[in-house]
Amino acid sequence: MTRPDTVARAAATPLVPQPFAELGLSAAEYQTITGTLDRRPTGTELALYSVMWSEHCSYKSSKVHLRQFAEQAPASAALLAGIGHNAGVVDIGQGYAVTFKIESHNHPSYVEPHQGAATGVGGIVRDILAMGARPVAVMDALRFGPASAPDTGRVLPGVVSGISFYGNCLGLPNIGGELDFDACYAGNPLVNALCVGVMRHGDLQVATASGPGNQVILFGSATGPDGVGGASVLASAAFGGAAASGESAKRPSVQVGDPFLEKLLVECCLELFAGGLVVGIQDLGAAGVACATTELAAAGTGGMRIRLDAVPLRDPSLGPPEIVMSESQERMMAVVEPGRVDEFLAVCARWDVRAAVIGEVTDTGRLVMTWHGQTVVDIPPGSAADGPVYHRPLARPAAQDTLAADDPLALPRPVGGSALRADLLALIGSPGLADKSWVTDQYDRYVRGDTVLAMPEDGGLVRVDEATGLGIALATDGNSRYCRLDPYRGTQLVLSEAYRNVAATGARPLAVTNCLNFGSPEDPAVMWQFAEAVRGLADGCAALGVPVTGGNVSFYNQTGTAAIHPTPVIGVLGVHDDVRRRLSIGFGVPDAPLVLLGRTEAELGGSAWAHVRHGHLGGRPPVPDLAAEQRLAGLLAAAAAAGLLSAAHDLSDGGLAVALVESCLRGGTGCRVRLPGDTFTALFSESAARAVVAVRPGAESAFAELGVAHGVPGETIGRTGGDDLVVEGWFMIPLTELSAVHAAALPALFG
Amino acid sequence: MRIGVITFPGSLDDRDAARAVRLAGAEPVSLWHADRDLRGVAAVILPGGFSYGDYLRCGAIARFAPVMSELVLAARAGLPVLGICNGFQILCEAHLLPGALTRNAGLRFVTRDLRLRVENTQTAWTGAYSGGEEIVVPLKSGEGAYAADPGTLAELEASGRIVIRYADANPNGSADGIAGVCNAEGNVVGLMPHPEHAVDPLTGPSADGLRFFTSVVAGVPR
Repeated sequence: MTRPDTVARAAATPLVPQPFAELGLSAAEYQTITGTLDRRPTGTELALYSVMWSEHCSYKSSKVHLRQFAEQAPASAALLAGIGHNAGVVDIGQGYAVTFKIESHNHPSYVEPHQGAATGVGGIVRDILAMGARPVAVMDALRFGPASAPDTGRVLPGVVSGISFYGNCLGLPNIGGELDFDACYAGNPLVNALCVGVMRHGDLQVATASGPGNQVILFGSATGPDGVGGASVLASAAFGGAAASGESAKRPSVQVGDPFLEKLLVECCLELFAGGLVVGIQDLGAAGVACATTELAAAGTGGMRIRLDAVPLRDPSLGPPEIVMSESQERMMAVVEPGRVDEFLAVCARWDVRAAVIGEVTDTGRLVMTWHGQTVVDIPPGSAADGPVYHRPLARPAAQDTLAADDPLALPRPVGGSALRADLLALIGSPGLADKSWVTDQYDRYVRGDTVLAMPEDGGLVRVDEATGLGIALATDGNSRYCRLDPYRGTQLVLSEAYRNVAATGARPLAVTNCLNFGSPEDPAVMWQFAEAVRGLADGCAALGVPVTGGNVSFYNQTGTAAIHPTPVIGVLGVHDDVRRRLSIGFGVPDAPLVLLGRTEAELGGSAWAHVRHGHLGGRPPVPDLAAEQRLAGLLAAAAAAGLLSAAHDLSDGGLAVALVESCLRGGTGCRVRLPGDTFTALFSESAARAVVAVRPGAESAFAELGVAHGVPGETIGRTGGDDLVVEGWFMIPLTELSAVHAAALPALFG
Repeated sequence: MRIGVITFPGSLDDRDAARAVRLAGAEPVSLWHADRDLRGVAAVILPGGFSYGDYLRCGAIARFAPVMSELVLAARAGLPVLGICNGFQILCEAHLLPGALTRNAGLRFVTRDLRLRVENTQTAWTGAYSGGEEIVVPLKSGEGAYAADPGTLAELEASGRIVIRYADANPNGSADGIAGVCNAEGNVVGLMPHPEHAVDPLTGPSADGLRFFTSVVAGVPR
């Protein structure tokens, strides 16, 4: 047994040098800890503070900006629990509540793609479980370096296999997400995982340790050395430096996942909740026991006493600092009344889940941890849970103007039908817009039997109630090109697209989650991007009337000094009153009139066309029009409810051209269109607040009236039918050719 | 009619199998792996999932569950038993069905809606289909390649015990395109595709899978 650094020893030996810098703490932060404790911290306390005050856990650079989400939140009757919980909770009616959240696992997924991505899924699922909900679906937003780069061939298949391995074995349908490629992610892929869960209103659980004398139980996996220091090391500046200089000392700190145990843990927790055996509960994610104990204690009666030697270990050589920092997966911590501990342990035994009483709640206001009788931690828990707050300097980079001045309207355009045709084929065969089946065929979208829509639809749609047809729709979106050109406007465009995707299924958008992926907060240019993105999202949510219910910030996404493009990934949740009236993107019914909704301007800044055809990124992104998005969403929901449409597809990357191809291929039916105005602009512009819909034959005038009532401009551009995509006067492409080009890209790259 | 659905640790499609039973007009009865009790049901389904995480050979641990000893006896006495995906793997491990399921030829998990051909309508679970009928049902598995020695394959073919075949391209390298087989008596059927995910066009590619369950409810004579 190791001899730990005790509180008594720390008080007696104030001048012992401590490795605070190696643990990612600044000298000023170390001084603050010393001041708070009125002595130097013990080794275990230092470990605890270092993980709790890491950027990943403390949000110390982002907090001052994130406040806007709460301050500007639109009044929403749907919000049952907002920001600050493990995940926000939204009322969807009929007594049901839904909780959802998206989180990053970027750095671990670069170091070890399979396990990094797998444990990303596991972590977000436990967040949802800790709210009292049954997890019902997952989604993934993935971004990699250039598709042809050798390292992408290592990272992408590993990430996809990790998500497949974990999510499939856990039994959660994967209902959608994103896949994109850009050179800015070459040394820093983005792996963002979303989970959504459903509960009855009364089932909400709280993450508080209240009631002195209540017992603290750690259950799930035994604790090993996994990810020790992961939170502070991986999500810190040191990561970029170490990786760049070829040091690998910090790399083994990626956790390893056990989805089978997670499945047992889910069922076990739901049975514990149903039996009313839990007073408070917290999942163990980043910063493990350190985070769970400090947060539970800080939110509760204020004190907790923990026996670290009671923590079940997988590696008996671990000492107190490693135990509090360990990020071993598939663990939960519960607060349980003493009289119900036996029942609690019996439920765990039924599910073969290991559980141990490791301490109790107190009213001392102190978090005390002992190791074989000796006190190794004695701190006010709030000091660790709250962490520092930084107002980082921010500065709009001068290069922003140069970028904006580089207008894509000056790029050479395709002239004539065959050139337009070639551009369209190039777009749908580019990795970011190609058929994603290579990825999504590795995910189970059927398990649980409630998946109504999944990729490649605009949004995922899950049935919640078989009797009434109540359901939830979800979409995630990101567009780093728009956000690089203008982070404020770009973020609103991303929000708009996710909102529109949900609306295109016929659902009403209700709430927003976000995963904000940025470079180093210590770079004022990055901090400016971050501040602009947050401001754009807060303003956008206020305008659309959908509150942010929670989210996650991932900083230090950079290679050396080169940051990724700012990449806020936005998830929007909507409610569908009757999933039997959902809208698919597929043109399945022939001879249906096609109506283009919204206004098209010549907007090509950050467009897929400029990117794919010219490798160009410049100018201004399209102008967001949030009021028009609201009107469009209202029209789509009303038209779906009235059964007027046979298909609907939002317009985004690649504009109308790509949307038509996707709808034709999805439904196996062609279409013939005559485009108004400049054909190139009509095909490839990415103006916001647009959708293309196939109207049910016979419902034309009813739909037109509904469009007028909702104030959405629409123009009939053609009809579905046949086996070709025909743009009258310009070109035609057989569906077989479209399908071959669309389907071939990813298999050609990844086998 | 009461039809049991066994839940092993790591079973995932038990809820879906129970729904399919209900839609077929029967009453689903939940059976627990640790109970040596079939609760008097008239048929049993072993659902899909990853029993014990599939960390050892798929189904290799589940076959030793207490409920299995009862099931093996009942199956030998003629009880209709359907194994879907992981359930099929467990039935092979328990030697109620011949052969084994191995890693997909492409080494990747495959989720795909597939056309299947019903080759044998004389089993307890396929009586409601017509011979040679083609149906669309999802496949979702990483270890779904059916394998058996040449003698067994020849015998299965000769005795009509190949119940379901992949109608188009072989998705996983299964021998002879085999998607499902039955025992000599036809009461025990196992298949890799998931008929319980094709019981309603709202949530599946078709409702073609429902007749596996209506077949046993109707008790169509073998």
